[in-house]
Amino acid sequence: MLEVRDLSMRFGGLLAVDGVSLNLNEREIFSIIGPNGAGKTTVFNCISGFYRPTGGEIQFNGHAIHSMPDYRIARLGMVRTFQHVRLFNRMTPLENLMVAQHHQVNTNLFAGLFKTPSYRHREQEAMDRAVYWLKKVNLLELANREAGNLAYGQQRRLEIARCMVTGPKLLMLDEPAAGLNPRETRDLNELIVSLKEDYNVAVLLIEHDMGLVMGISDRIAVINQGRPLAQGTPDEIRCNPDVIKAYLGEE
Amino acid sequence: MHEQMLYFLQQLLNGLTVGSAYALIAIGYTMVYGIIGMINFAHGEIYMIGAYIALITITGLATLNITFLPVVLVIALVLAMIVSSAFGWSMERVAYRPLRGGNRLNPLISAIGVSYFLKNYVLLAQGSRDIGFPLLIKGSWTFGDPNGFEANFSYMQLTIFIVTIVCMVALTLFISKSRLGRACRAVAQDLKMANLLGIDTHKIIAATFVIGSALAAVAGMLLGMYYGSIDPEFGFIAGLKAFTAAVLGGIGSIPGAMLGGIVLGVAESFTSAYLSTDYKDVVSFLLLILILLFRPSGLLGKPEVEKI
Repeated sequence: MLEVRDLSMRFGGLLAVDGVSLNLNEREIFSIIGPNGAGKTTVFNCISGFYRPTGGEIQFNGHAIHSMPDYRIARLGMVRTFQHVRLFNRMTPLENLMVAQHHQVNTNLFAGLFKTPSYRHREQEAMDRAVYWLKKVNLLELANREAGNLAYGQQRRLEIARCMVTGPKLLMLDEPAAGLNPRETRDLNELIVSLKEDYNVAVLLIEHDMGLVMGISDRIAVINQGRPLAQGTPDEIRCNPDVIKAYLGEE
Repeated sequence: MHEQMLYFLQQLLNGLTVGSAYALIAIGYTMVYGIIGMINFAHGEIYMIGAYIALITITGLATLNITFLPVVLVIALVLAMIVSSAFGWSMERVAYRPLRGGNRLNPLISAIGVSYFLKNYVLLAQGSRDIGFPLLIKGSWTFGDPNGFEANFSYMQLTIFIVTIVCMVALTLFISKSRLGRACRAVAQDLKMANLLGIDTHKIIAATFVIGSALAAVAGMLLGMYYGSIDPEFGFIAGLKAFTAAVLGGIGSIPGAMLGGIVLGVAESFTSAYLSTDYKDVVSFLLLILILLFRPSGLLGKPEVEKI
């Protein structure tokens, strides 16, 4: 569903990403790992339309998305989170989930002003979906607090819920376990697997927590200094001598 | 009632009247700033155009022999709002959107250009002289001793209060309850994230220009009628004052703009009454400097917390 071919991204004199290719199948959990500064997040930013790549091609379900405005990419069914939580802090969790469905309650000014039956119906559907996901991530009791005041782990879960209400086909998570305690990480693990199994979502993951990565990934790509180093199943990656060298240094 | 007291009340009333209009204009500045971090220097011109459209409509209706007052006022108000919104929408589309994403100064310079363009456009189309604006809402209540000082509360002032309050309540409900209002708040908090969630932020930004312009048109019609005459420079000082009001209240905050407008209007009125009319503008800008020195985020603005 996602095909990245020969992606490169240059910032001035720095070639941050060089010749990265990967392709993602439906209902697959695919992780990108690599040492700090390897260019993982840059790859993410290029795919999600945050950066415009300087070379290569990105196809998503048959659409060439490397030159598409980011809101249109999102509407094709690709959503992401950031390393730092980026919620709408001065809105409630419920409002966060409602606004994420803004373009789906597709309507014109007239329908909104006079609250036509079909408008009400779609607003209600959006509300139901929001409540469903609040329940799923255990935040229903906090639905009307200010999102900025939630605990860190709760904010992380709300972010994933906010992605899910948009009905994505591909979910991109940038270090979702960063800053979580072991218990929260275990819950996250379960949640991500459930997204794939129960909601047919493909997940592209950047993560440093190797336990999490090795446990849930179907395939893994390793990037080092902007260049692809290896790709394969968790077992293959674990035994790959190049990967071990990159992580542990040479003997 | 004591004469001093009546005099005080009169000044307060006058201040609140002008202050409400400042507040209506200030909302436009603050909403645009809140969402794209830009000061729209051409906003005062939109207010001026609103006043002209209202006046033209009123004159036109009079030649058509439509004189039933509520109808005339409503048609003039609605037309002024629609035409001003169209101007607001177009200027965003033509002069600001193409510059988005570049240097933050570029749209600012562009805004100054738009301001000159609109002012001269009206100058060419309508001439440079003052045009009388008929006071359609006549009459007043008077209080006090007929031989001493009499306080006046005109129906026009009452109208300004009522219309302003209705606009502000409607805007507050819109922002807090409606779907589009929710999206406006989200875009103001994190435009990039809103984009990545599939919200067409260009549309939301255009909507804030339309809303701000409509409110400015309301203020233009009300103050034009209250002062009794308009000219192409009409928007300059009012725009500057409303901008001051927006900063005073905390730029980016809608309740702040409302409060800032009222505070500024009342402060001006008291300065004119108790000090001298000459010091009116001095005091409003002094107030601005003091606020910037001691409370840079404004009366109701939240201090920026840089997240690491």
